[in-house]
Amino acid sequence: MSKPYYDAADLRKFGKITEWSEELGNKFFDYYGKVFEEGALTAREKSLIALAVAHTEQCPYCIDAYTKDSLQRGVTKEEMMEAIHVGAAIKSGATLVHGVQMMNKVNKLDG
Amino acid sequence: MATATKSLKKQGSDLAQSNKQLEILSNGIFQNGELPTFKTKISETSQFPLKAKKLEILQINVGYMCNQVCDHCHVDAGPDRKEIMTRDTMRQCLEVIKNTGAHTLDLTGGAPEMNPDFRWFVEEAAKAGIKDFIVRSNLTIIRANKKYYDLPEFFKKHNIHVVSSMPHWTRGKTDKQRGDGVFDKSIKALQELNAVGYGMPGSDLRLDLVYNPSGAFLPGDQAAMEKDFKKALMEDFGIEFHNLFAITNLPIARFLDFLIASENYEDYMYSLVEAYNPAAVENVMCTNTISISWDGYLFDCDFNQMLELPVNSKSKHISEFNEELLEGRNIVISQHCYGCTAGAGSSCQGVVA
Repeated sequence: MSKPYYDAADLRKFGKITEWSEELGNKFFDYYGKVFEEGALTAREKSLIALAVAHTEQCPYCIDAYTKDSLQRGVTKEEMMEAIHVGAAIKSGATLVHGVQMMNKVNKLDG
Repeated sequence: MATATKSLKKQGSDLAQSNKQLEILSNGIFQNGELPTFKTKISETSQFPLKAKKLEILQINVGYMCNQVCDHCHVDAGPDRKEIMTRDTMRQCLEVIKNTGAHTLDLTGGAPEMNPDFRWFVEEAAKAGIKDFIVRSNLTIIRANKKYYDLPEFFKKHNIHVVSSMPHWTRGKTDKQRGDGVFDKSIKALQELNAVGYGMPGSDLRLDLVYNPSGAFLPGDQAAMEKDFKKALMEDFGIEFHNLFAITNLPIARFLDFLIASENYEDYMYSLVEAYNPAAVENVMCTNTISISWDGYLFDCDFNQMLELPVNSKSKHISEFNEELLEGRNIVISQHCYGCTAGAGSSCQGVVA
C-alpha cells in the first residue's frame, strides 16, 4: 500500500520546524501563540474562526487541531458546522463575485 | 446517547481488571521510549519521588453503586456494582473524622446517596464540625426516586457543600455522555437546589459544578468555561451556581476503554504529555488527600483506588489510620498521573496551577 501524503501523526511534529530555522520558527510560534490568546475576541471565538479558515485552506492538520480545540472550549457541533458554512459561503461568494468580471468582459467584447 | 448500560465489571471486560489497565499504561508508547514515563518526567524537575504533605482532604468513597452508567466513569460505577461501605466501616471513618487535622471531608461514589447508611453517616460526620463537608451528587439521584426528593433540604440542614457533574449546558452533549434524560433531570435538580438557597449569589450553601470533557480531548480554560456555563444556565433555565471545576478525564476504567475502542489512546496520551505542567505537580491533590475505599483501604487518590494501588505506608486501612505516618509518604504513580498535571492541572477541586 502506498504511503499517503498526509500523516495525522505529523501534526505532533509541527514544533520541529524550528530545528532547521530556529529564529524564524520561534518567531512564528511566539506570534502564533499570541494571536490565539484571549483579546478583543475570546479564545473560543478565535478557535471557531480558525476552524472555518482551516476548511477553506483545506488543511487536514488544521482541521484536526481546531476541531479538537473547539471541543475543548465547549463549542457545539452545530456551532462548528455553522462556522464552516461561513467559510464555505465566503469561498463560493469569492468565486461567484468574479462572475461580474466575466459579465463585464462579455459586455465589452460582445456588446 | 451514552452507550454503556452495564459496568465493565459486569460485562466481564478485561479492562475491569486494574492490572490490565496498568499494563496498558506501562507498555506501548511508554515502554518503547516514544513518550517519557511519569516518573521520568517528574524526575526532570527533581519532583520524584512525589511526597505527601500535611493532610487537608479526607475523601471517602462510600460505594460504587450508581443510578447512572456514564461513558467515561473512572469508577466503572453503575446499578450493577454492589461494593458498598458498611456501617461498621463508617464507624471507623467517624473515629478518624473526629480526630483528623483535615479541613475538608469529601464523600463520593458511585452515587453516595444510594448507600443505605448515607444519611446516618452524614448526620454523624456533620457533628465533627469539619470546615468544608462535600457530597459529590450526580444530580439525577435527586429526581430518581421519591425517597431522594428531599435531598436538597437534607443537604441544607447539614450545611453540605454540593459538588455536581454537569458535562455541558446543552442537552445533546450531556445526554451523550451520561445517558438519555440526564440533562432534563439535572436541570430540575439544580432548580430545586437553587430553590432552597444552594448556589445563590452570597449564599453560604455552596453549589459547584464539575465539567469533564465528553470525549478524547482536554478541558478548556476553567474560568472561560465557567463564564459560558453561567451565561447559558441562567439564560436558558434561570439556574445559579458558584464555581465550575474543570476536570481532566484520566485514562483509566471506562474512559480508557473508550480511548482504546475509538483508537484515540495514543493521541490522548500525547496530548497529556505535551500539556505537562511542572507547576501543577506542586499542588497535585494526592499530596494533601487520602482516599478511603468502601472497604476501608487507604489510597493516594480515587484514581489509585480504582487501579488498586494502595498507599505506600504502614498505615494501610482506616482501622489503623495514622496521620503522622501517612505524611511524607511516597505517592504511588503511573502514567495515568499525567491527567492531573496537564495544563492548569486537575483535581477534584478543579485546576491546581
